[in-house]
Amino acid sequence: MIEPARDIREICRTHGNDPTRLMDIARAVQGKHGCVSSQALDLIAQAVGIPRVEVESLVSFYTFLSVKPKGNVVIRLCNDVIDEMFGAEQVARAFTEELGIRFGETTPDGKISLEHTPCIGMCDQAPAALINDVVVTYLSSDRAREIVRVLRETGDPRRLVRRLGDGNNAHPLVYSMVHNNIRREGPVVLAPLAPGAALKKALAMSPVEVINGIKTSRLRGRGGAGFPTGMKWEFTRAADGDQKCVLCNADEGEPGTFKDRVILTENPDITFEGMTIAGYAIGAELGIVYLRAEYAYLRAFLESVLQARRARNLLGRNILGKPGVHFDIRIQMGAGAYVCGEETAMISSCEGQRGDPKDRPPFPAQKGYLGMPTTVNNVETFCCVARILDNGPGWFADIGSRGSTGTKLLSVSGDCSSPGVYEVPFGIRLSDLLTMVGAEDAQAVQVGGAAGRMVSPAEFQRTICYDDLATGGSVMVFGPNRNILKVALKFMEFFLEESCGYCTPCRVGTMLMRRKLEEIIEGRGQIGDLEYLQELGSTMILASRCGLGQTAANPVLTTLQAFRPAYEALLRKKTAEPCLASFDIRAALQDAERLAGRSSEIFAG
Amino acid sequence: MSESFLFSIDGIKIEGKPGQTILQAADEAGVYIPRLCAHKDLAPFGACRVCTVMVNGRPQAACTTPAAKGMVVENETEALKKHRCSLVEMLFVEGNHYCMFCEKSGNCELQATAYRLGILAPRYPYQFPRQDVDASHPDVWIDRNRCILCGRCVLASRDLDGKHVFQFVGRSTDKKIWVNAEAHLADTNLGGADKAVDICPVGAILRKRVGYTVPVGQRLYDIKPIGSDIEARRPAAPGR
Repeated sequence: MIEPARDIREICRTHGNDPTRLMDIARAVQGKHGCVSSQALDLIAQAVGIPRVEVESLVSFYTFLSVKPKGNVVIRLCNDVIDEMFGAEQVARAFTEELGIRFGETTPDGKISLEHTPCIGMCDQAPAALINDVVVTYLSSDRAREIVRVLRETGDPRRLVRRLGDGNNAHPLVYSMVHNNIRREGPVVLAPLAPGAALKKALAMSPVEVINGIKTSRLRGRGGAGFPTGMKWEFTRAADGDQKCVLCNADEGEPGTFKDRVILTENPDITFEGMTIAGYAIGAELGIVYLRAEYAYLRAFLESVLQARRARNLLGRNILGKPGVHFDIRIQMGAGAYVCGEETAMISSCEGQRGDPKDRPPFPAQKGYLGMPTTVNNVETFCCVARILDNGPGWFADIGSRGSTGTKLLSVSGDCSSPGVYEVPFGIRLSDLLTMVGAEDAQAVQVGGAAGRMVSPAEFQRTICYDDLATGGSVMVFGPNRNILKVALKFMEFFLEESCGYCTPCRVGTMLMRRKLEEIIEGRGQIGDLEYLQELGSTMILASRCGLGQTAANPVLTTLQAFRPAYEALLRKKTAEPCLASFDIRAALQDAERLAGRSSEIFAG
Repeated sequence: MSESFLFSIDGIKIEGKPGQTILQAADEAGVYIPRLCAHKDLAPFGACRVCTVMVNGRPQAACTTPAAKGMVVENETEALKKHRCSLVEMLFVEGNHYCMFCEKSGNCELQATAYRLGILAPRYPYQFPRQDVDASHPDVWIDRNRCILCGRCVLASRDLDGKHVFQFVGRSTDKKIWVNAEAHLADTNLGGADKAVDICPVGAILRKRVGYTVPVGQRLYDIKPIGSDIEARRPAAPGR
């Protein structure tokens, strides 16, 4: 038995008693002690020299951290819309029956906790769950019961891994049953590249030439927002600061996206090479990969790839023998917060704080991680960078369309015969993509994840690119029998759960919108409710502090646009009732009736 | 760097100084932009979003956006007023704001802002959340029913009182103001005279035993609408 207090102090010391490493400290304490207890909060606060409430603030923000004790094993069943379409609810029932507890609870022996979690990046092999760091895929009720039996017998989630996945999923350091499901390899991201080849070419140029090359390629950010990468680098290079930082966004949290997981499994070298090139171009010596907690199973493998790069002098001091070129990369683990995919929230998290977004200006390029000018780019963007340096900007710009050069990695899931990852040139028609993935009978397609838009067949001729249907990679297909409004409701629930709560329009707006949508779906909506939704959405877009709140109304606003008749069919035309249709008098009377011990005669149930 | 510059709000010429936010420059010039979280003695926080204005056609929080030369700012437009009402109404329904018997009534910035914006009743449904009250401290109590999560107490305790009594915990709708102790305000080093207490814009942090020293009807915003003090600074236009 480890003496907890001594061990917690030791964990803090290992991290230099550094408050900016609070994420790592809290994660380590959680991992070893099953929670960051009240006592642990005091010990950490003391060791790193910050108020206790600051530690508590961080711990209470992230879903993978908790003040209350959790089981040695935590089952996190993914309940995103795709997983539910493929039977996550039956799996959930099997887990609750077999464990004898509800979601959010821990077994009486303190061994197993059961929770729901939003998209874990496994929509192409749904339903899936995380059991501690181990991913289990293609779940069924029977499999869920078997999982509980194995966990009861062994207490070891690694025993659940049966057949290993393809490619590096079978690598001993990954040891995972996850499948890559690569359906279409393109020339940019999923093609091989000898480690160091692109970097060597970059180092033969001046940093400004490298940036100019990226500008010539017209590369835009692959995370979704599509900011021109070369321009971002130019700003970061020009910003004042002794030290600069390259931050790689591997917090792939947008529901329905899993392409970064595949890149990091099969081609991490290209990502790291792109980061190193970025470091050279902007004059940074520090690189950070922010890896979402759900992908913790990839961490040891990624560390080994970094180690191999250090051994070959592709990272470290005087890289490839070029004097004065220093760069290294560390991996920062997340702890379960979608908002940390937003670049300023990610920076907060890297600094050991709650994942609250920051005010802009200053932009990260001016003042980012610990005040350093910081460029934040997506995993896939760094892959493009390496390829551009290797093959040339002209080669890259010839692929795709005028405003959207290169290829895009799409994560396709839902009602299609071949879910998985597709590398396609930008400008592909949605209808062509649907044929490619085997989804000709699609009723609707959500492009860009929960924050994206729902597209109806009338718009299937549109193209995937920055100027038309922009996406960070998520494409979710919904077949003829799916209820589109319920899909929108799932997305609203997701945003409500994931809002950081900092600003009013996002925190309250998502709650109100979710509630109204639910009323409409339950047949309690009325004339005027659609305008209500639209106005509420317009305030959320206008006034929200970050991209999360500014897009959180999209599930409702875009389905309203593309599927308005589905809403109208549910609205009551006139209210003959004494109360507003949205007002549930029975629910409102419940407490009073219970206290009085009798029930209302006027509003009888 | 002390050279001032000009920009405009609703066509009015405003003098800005380097380092000033739009809100600070507007306050100095006597142009009132409604706000709830911003406070002259505190760093900008940008949480309530009530001060959202259009800056060169794009929405920005006036409290966090630096003023710059030649900026064209829109403040009192019909569209912005509608969104501000929406935000204030959101805050009303999110908490439990019982103005009619709240001892902050008349001194409450949420109430006063609602009056100034002409809000009669929120268009949104009340959520009636269950919230805790912490009356453990001898001189001060917290009523989370009335908290609007503006962050003023957090910043004031840290930056004005040199303590760290308050901070937020949780996220989304579970976000709440919390204290630097296991559970109770009494176990913190909060003093009865701390600035973090008086700076609360609503009735969420209250000093005990003084709730009705000034009768309702004779309080700050009973006499003049919120923002009047700022607007009084504005030089009268020639010929007006």
